[in-house]
Amino acid sequence: MSMPILMPALSPTMKEGKITKWLKKEGDKISSGEAVAEVETDKSNLEVEAYEDGYLLKIVVPENESAPVGAPIGYLGEKGEKVEASAQQPKPVAAAPAPAAPAPRPSTPAPAAAQKTSAPAPATPRPQAGPAQVVPFRREGDRRAEEEGRLRASPLAKRIAEERGLDLAALQGSGPQGRIIKRDIEEALTHGAAVPRLAPSLGVPLSVERREPQVVPISSMRRVIAQRLADVKPGVPHFYLTVDIEMDAAMQIRDEAKALDSKVSVNDIVVKAAAIALRRMPKMNVSLQGDQQLQYQNVDVGIAVAIEEGLITPIIRDADQKGLAAISAEARDLAERARKRALKPQEYTGGSITISNLGMFGVDSFVAVINPPQASIVAVGQVAEKAVVRNGQVVVRKIMTSTLSGDHRIIDGALGAEYLRELKGLLEHPMRLLF
Amino acid sequence: MAEMLYREALNQALAEEMTRDANVFLIGEEVGLYDGAFKVSQGLLARFGSARVVDTPISELGFCGLGVGAAMVGLRPVVELMTWNFALLAIDQILNNAAKLRHMSGGQLRCPIVFRGPAGAGGRLSSQHSQEFDVVYSHFPGVKVVAPATPSDAKGLLKSAIRDDNPVVMFESERLYAIKGDVPEGELLVPIGKAEVKREGNDVSIITWSRMYYFCEQAAAELEKQGIRAEILDLRTLRPLDEEAIIATVQKTNRVVVVEEGWPLGGFGAQLVDTIQSKAFDYLDGPVQRVTGLDVNMSYAANLENAIQPDAPRIIEAVKKVMYREEA
Repeated sequence: MSMPILMPALSPTMKEGKITKWLKKEGDKISSGEAVAEVETDKSNLEVEAYEDGYLLKIVVPENESAPVGAPIGYLGEKGEKVEASAQQPKPVAAAPAPAAPAPRPSTPAPAAAQKTSAPAPATPRPQAGPAQVVPFRREGDRRAEEEGRLRASPLAKRIAEERGLDLAALQGSGPQGRIIKRDIEEALTHGAAVPRLAPSLGVPLSVERREPQVVPISSMRRVIAQRLADVKPGVPHFYLTVDIEMDAAMQIRDEAKALDSKVSVNDIVVKAAAIALRRMPKMNVSLQGDQQLQYQNVDVGIAVAIEEGLITPIIRDADQKGLAAISAEARDLAERARKRALKPQEYTGGSITISNLGMFGVDSFVAVINPPQASIVAVGQVAEKAVVRNGQVVVRKIMTSTLSGDHRIIDGALGAEYLRELKGLLEHPMRLLF
Repeated sequence: MAEMLYREALNQALAEEMTRDANVFLIGEEVGLYDGAFKVSQGLLARFGSARVVDTPISELGFCGLGVGAAMVGLRPVVELMTWNFALLAIDQILNNAAKLRHMSGGQLRCPIVFRGPAGAGGRLSSQHSQEFDVVYSHFPGVKVVAPATPSDAKGLLKSAIRDDNPVVMFESERLYAIKGDVPEGELLVPIGKAEVKREGNDVSIITWSRMYYFCEQAAAELEKQGIRAEILDLRTLRPLDEEAIIATVQKTNRVVVVEEGWPLGGFGAQLVDTIQSKAFDYLDGPVQRVTGLDVNMSYAANLENAIQPDAPRIIEAVKKVMYREEA
């Protein structure tokens, strides 16, 4: 009996995937666990592997064509077996079920959940025959950090890293299974690739507990507001608030970080401040998903990263708990892997806010579109010297104009304004970040 | 410095200590008239007389017990076992009497006795006569265990053993007796419980004792050609264990290979690995590797006998493994 190979859902927002390459030809023998095809999703390129032994009987979605999540892309079966005629045609893309808003699990999904995404979205028509399960093939690089979520390093490597204040997570191990060993540390120290660890290490700080978001009942007033605003502005009704932030003190942090051999960008400081502000104002740390409002328990901040094909927003988890060096290292790592399209789905899902920065292009101010199901986004312009009036005098200050876009269905203008005031205060008096 | 054979160094140690102390005497099978099964006691009968160089019948339990009794009343016997395999018959005297007398008498009795003889593979002696007993005797509190590799250490440790007020077990080897080495002139006492770095290196520590030391030297010489500088720590004493020296070499090189002639399961090397992981964990750059004899009875056939024992290629392989330099 032939079994379909289904297009897996490789990310919560994936509706369809494009087959970039078939790794097997029709008639090829396939062993369980072997990669059969490469699929390009809206976010990443991933390989899919078969869960059953058999022969690739039929390819129904040729290379460079797309299929909706849950649709058969090929068929597996006994050698020489015929695929039933009815099963041969791929379902049209339009019939693809709209994957519901990402499952209400904005915290990092367990790796296993991310891999075994073969279960299609609820409405997907499942073929009669038991579908051959396909799971994304994990890349070699993913394995290192992902395996049991633990980092492998020899005891000696760990000790040297501790003594030298290095961040092991930023290193690539050359030992078995990616184990970081002494020579990796020595190389990193020689070539300056090592990242000083001045704050909780990159990755998941062990001290931070990840907690599931709480479902908060929506008041009837809120429900009406949401409905009315959605009538006026369908989709996610945005509102915008703009402030000028004096960045003179924040820029000093950057200079001081340099003295510590630590590279900290303006954006890293904004991420940190946005996270602290979010922690202080949990009402902003929310998400409207379907008819449920989620109250996040952890503070995760997205960063918009421009890549060749478009845009992606990897998430810095627990940014409120991390030091600037850790945020900086993590942001660079995420951005670099985003450009290589090597991010895992759980690395760009979740969070309630995103920082989008076009300052490096000399943009003074702009408004950004919220990345649902997040509730807000802060559009950050360049830090530029401007003439401003202080105490009746015209003085020069480093000004950064920031615009908050809020999802008006769950955030009101006053709340957004309060949040912006907090953000502004933290950035203008960065010592407050310590409290 | 005089160059001499291992057996000559032992002979010298016996002669010197028998000269120094009239309470020292040698007892065992064929130690007198035959000058010793491996000629360790050559000339001693002629020099010291039959009261101090005593030939015994084939009766290990009997003459080991006789030695223990003599030690209890003030003499300092050196009991030669033709091989340690035969001591299985006398193990009650060694481990249940000699090792326990001080304890059982509440400190009233001492047992200054040395049990010595060859252990390990001698060369086509098959399974009953090729055994290592490192771990057996080292396991018991109440005895000290030494296993010198070189003539100099053999002489110095035997002299220290004879002067020790506790039972000392000394493992020699048929294949070591004809090894030549420099022995310092004059009084030579090697302290019991002190390991020695026999070769300095920074890249990896090879910890060994007794005859395996020579395979380690061969391996280290070959490794040096390949740019790996191995340090060789010769334990010399198995009990009490020189943990300080072990920790020091691990701290220096961060990588360890333990080489032993005996079997892998519960071998003495396993104890070393435990000592290292518990006391020098933070200095390890990788798991410790062990090179041991194969887990089988010793074959009579020479090719199989060689295959069963550790050798330089196996040590080199283990070193490369701990160095993360496995060959493709």
